[in-house]
Amino acid sequence: MTTNEKIDGMTSELLKRAVVTRFDIEEIVVVPIFAVIIALFLGALTMLATGVDLATIGRSFASLLAGSVGSVNALSETLTAAAPLTLAGLGIALGFRAGLFNIGAEGQLLIGGMAAVVVGFAFEGLPFLIHLPLALIAGMLAGALWASIAGWLRAATGAHEVITTIMLNLISFRLVDYLLRNPPIQRPGRSDPISRSVLESAELPKLLDWMDVNLRVHAGILVTLAVVFFVYWLLFRTTIGFEFRAAGANPDAARYAGMRSGLIIVTVMAVAGALAGLAGANQVLGVLGRASPGFSAGIGFDAIAVALLGRGHPFGVLLAGLLFGALEAGGRQMQVGAGVSIDLITIIQALIVVFIAAPMLVRTLFPWAFEKKSGREGK
Amino acid sequence: MEVELRGITKRFGAVVANSDVNLTIRPGEILGLLGENGAGKTTLMNILSGLYRADEGDILIDGETTQFNGPKGAITAGIGMVHQHFMLVPVFTVAENVVLGIEPTGAFDRLDIAAARRQVRSISAQYGLEVDPDAVIEEIPVGLQQRVEIIKVLFRSADVIVFDEPTAVLAPQEVTEFFGIIRSLRDAGKALVFITHKLHEVLEVADSISVLRAGQIVGEGDPKTATDAELAEMMVGRPVRFVVEKEHAKVGGPVMEVRGLTVVNERDEIAVDNVTFDVREGEVVGIAGVQGNGQTELVEALTGLRTPISGTVSYRGDDVTRASARQRHRRGIAHIPEDRQRSGVIGTFNIAENMVLDTYYDDRYSSGVSLRWPDIYESTAKIVNDFDVRTSSVFSLANHLSGGNQQKLVVARELSRDIKMIIASQPTRGVDVGSIEYIHQQIIKSRDDGDGVLIVSTELDEIMGLSDRILVMYRGRVVAEFEGHKASVQDIGLAMAGAGAAA
Repeated sequence: MTTNEKIDGMTSELLKRAVVTRFDIEEIVVVPIFAVIIALFLGALTMLATGVDLATIGRSFASLLAGSVGSVNALSETLTAAAPLTLAGLGIALGFRAGLFNIGAEGQLLIGGMAAVVVGFAFEGLPFLIHLPLALIAGMLAGALWASIAGWLRAATGAHEVITTIMLNLISFRLVDYLLRNPPIQRPGRSDPISRSVLESAELPKLLDWMDVNLRVHAGILVTLAVVFFVYWLLFRTTIGFEFRAAGANPDAARYAGMRSGLIIVTVMAVAGALAGLAGANQVLGVLGRASPGFSAGIGFDAIAVALLGRGHPFGVLLAGLLFGALEAGGRQMQVGAGVSIDLITIIQALIVVFIAAPMLVRTLFPWAFEKKSGREGK
Repeated sequence: MEVELRGITKRFGAVVANSDVNLTIRPGEILGLLGENGAGKTTLMNILSGLYRADEGDILIDGETTQFNGPKGAITAGIGMVHQHFMLVPVFTVAENVVLGIEPTGAFDRLDIAAARRQVRSISAQYGLEVDPDAVIEEIPVGLQQRVEIIKVLFRSADVIVFDEPTAVLAPQEVTEFFGIIRSLRDAGKALVFITHKLHEVLEVADSISVLRAGQIVGEGDPKTATDAELAEMMVGRPVRFVVEKEHAKVGGPVMEVRGLTVVNERDEIAVDNVTFDVREGEVVGIAGVQGNGQTELVEALTGLRTPISGTVSYRGDDVTRASARQRHRRGIAHIPEDRQRSGVIGTFNIAENMVLDTYYDDRYSSGVSLRWPDIYESTAKIVNDFDVRTSSVFSLANHLSGGNQQKLVVARELSRDIKMIIASQPTRGVDVGSIEYIHQQIIKSRDDGDGVLIVSTELDEIMGLSDRILVMYRGRVVAEFEGHKASVQDIGLAMAGAGAAA
C-alpha cells in the first residue's frame, strides 16, 4: 500500500457518517410521542376533575379523532389549520436557531395579512397568476419590515427582542383596528371594523371544491410544504443559514470567525417576519377573504409552541404544525359532538409543550421506554 | 486524616474513565496528581468529593470504608475541593462568600456577619492568607480570589483539600505565593492533592507524585529524584521533547506594523496604551505578561474585533486599522483565539462545520449562497489527517473532542488556510503535553515558511521556547523588549510584575 493510498483510506474512514444513536432517536421521536400521550391523559383527568363523566370523555376523544383525521372534511380542516401554524412556526424556529426569541409572530402575521388584503382588493383586473403572488409577496414584505424593526433595535441598541416584539404586537393590534375603521381599507357602507373583500384573482384556490364546495383546504398548504423545504435548504445548505446557526450556537465564535452579528440579527428577524407575514396572507387570501379585528386568532402565539415541539427543525415544525392543526380541527368537533369546551384543547396543547420542554420528566415517568442513561447526563 | 482510594473503577457507558485506581492521601503531605487532559484526574477527584459514585472500589477514611451521599457527605467527612473555576459571588464580600450556605445566625435567624468576619480573619491569620474579609470579590485579584476558595474549604473544616489545576489562572509571583500557602497547610497537618499537568510545579512542591494515564495509575515518582522527562513520558506514554527545536530565524521584511496603538476596553478604560512594534517575516514575536494587562484587547484590535481609538495597524504595507475581521482573514491573517470554548469552536457543530467556520464563504466551499458539503467534508478529512486531530469522523461534534484536540482543530483551521501572519493567543492553554509539542512544531513550521507570528501567552515557558523576540506588556504598555535567546526568566518576570526594568 503506498502512502497516498493509506491516507485516502484514512480519509474515507473519516467521511463515514456517525450512526444515529439510540439517544438521538429517543430525543427526536420517543419523547414527543410520550409527551402527546401524557398530555391527552392529563386532559382526560382535567375533564374528570371538572365533573365530566367517563362516557362523555370517551366520546370527546372519539370526536377529537374523527374531527381531525376521520373524514375528508376532517383532513381538509386539519390541513387548513396546520398551514399558518407551520408557516409562522418556521419563522420562529429560524429565530431559535439563530438565538433569537421572537414573540412577535402574532403582530407580524397581522401586518402581513393586512398588506395582503390591501393588495388583494386594490388591483382590479389583474390576472390571477400575477395578482395572487403579488398579494403573497406583499404579505411577506410587510411582515419582514415589521419584524426588522425589532431586529434593528436589537442590533443597533441591544434592546432585547422579547420586549420589542411584544411591544410591536400591541402596536399592531391597535394599528389593524385603526386601519379597519377607516377608508380606504374599511368596507364601504359598514360602520364596524371590517375590510373590503379580497378579489377572486388574489384568492388562494380551493383544492378540493370539485369534490365538495364546503371543503376549505386551499393552495396555502402547498405553499407551506414548499416553504418547509425552502427553510431546510436555507438553514442547512446555504452560507446564510450557516451564519444563522453559528450565531445562534455560539455568537462569540461567529463574531471571531468574521460574521457580522448585527446583519445576521436583522436578516433572521426579516425572514422570520416574512414567514409570519405569509401565514397572515395565507389566512386572509385562503380562508377569511377579508380582514377583521384579531383575525390572527392567536396563531402567532400557538406557533411558538409549534416551533418548540418541532425542535427548531423545519420537518419537525411541519409535523408539529400538522399535530396542532389536527388538535384544532378535532377540538371543534369535540365541542360539537361531546359538548366539551374547546378550551380543553388549549390545555392539552400547553401540556404537550411542557413535556417536550422537559424531556427528563418524560424519561423519568416512562423509564421502560428509554435506554438506561449512560454517562451522558452525569458529565 | 488519611484517605485511601482502593481499586476505584468508573465507567461512563463504554468509556472507562478510571480503572482500578489506588491512591493514598496522607496528612502532612502534598500529593501531586499528574495527567493529561482526559486522563481521568477530574473524574477521580469527583468521586473523592462525592459528585460521582465509583462503580467498583472503596474509599477508606482512616482505614474505614466510607460511602458518600453526594458532595455534602464528602464535605461532612472533611474533604474539600478548590475548583479551577472559582465558585464565588462577584458582588459579595469575602466573608459573605465564605459563609454562603452555612451562614452563622443569631436570634430570629439573623445573619451574623460579624461572626463570619471574625472567623474569616482568624483562618486567614492562622495560615498566613492575608485576606480582608470585607473586600468585594470582583475587586480583588485572581490570586486572592483563590485564597477565598481555600478559606471556604477550611471554614468547612476540611482536612483533605483537593486543588484542581490551581496555578492555571495565576501569575508567576502568585504561583510562588500559592506554593507558600499550600506548604503552610501541609505543615498544619492537612492532606493535600495538587492536580496539574505542569511538571516543574509538581517537582517543586509535591512530596509524592502519582501519574494518571488513560484512567490508570501508570507510575509514581519521588520529586527528589524524578525528572521532567521521566514524568512526561509516563504522562504521554512516549518520550516528549520539551525544547522546541528550531533553526535560527531568517527574518525578512515587516508583515505587520503597529504604530501608537491605543485601545479601550468595555468600561472605556485604556487597555492598550500607545503600543508600537513590528512583526517581521519568519520571526516569532512573543508577548509576555500577566493576564489582564491589555493583551486581550491588543489581539482584538489586531484581528479586527475591536476598533482602536488611535494609532495604526498596517499589514504587508496596507493600512488595515479599520478592516473587518473577515477582510483580515481573507488577506491571510490567522487568529487562534485565547478561549477556544468561548470563541474558537462551536461545540454543537460538527468538526467539518467548525473547520470551515471562517472559510465557508470561500470559492472552495460554496457557490453563491449554496454550500458544497461534499467538498467541505472531503477537505476537512484531509486537514484532520494532516494536523493529527484525533477523531473517528468529521461528523463528530466538537464537544466530543478532548481539549487538546479541540485546540488542534482550531490550529488546523487557521494554519491550513493560505496565510502570511499568525496571531495566537494562549495557543496551548489547557492542552496536554503531547498536543503542546505538536502545536508548537506547527507554529515554528509556519515561521520557517516565512510567516510572521505573534504569540500572546501568560506561560513564560511557552513564550521563551518559541519567541525570537519577546515584548512584555504591563498595564497596557510594552515595558520591555528582549532578544529571545538572551532573555532570562528573572528579567522577564520582573518586567511582567511592572518593575520597570526596561531593557
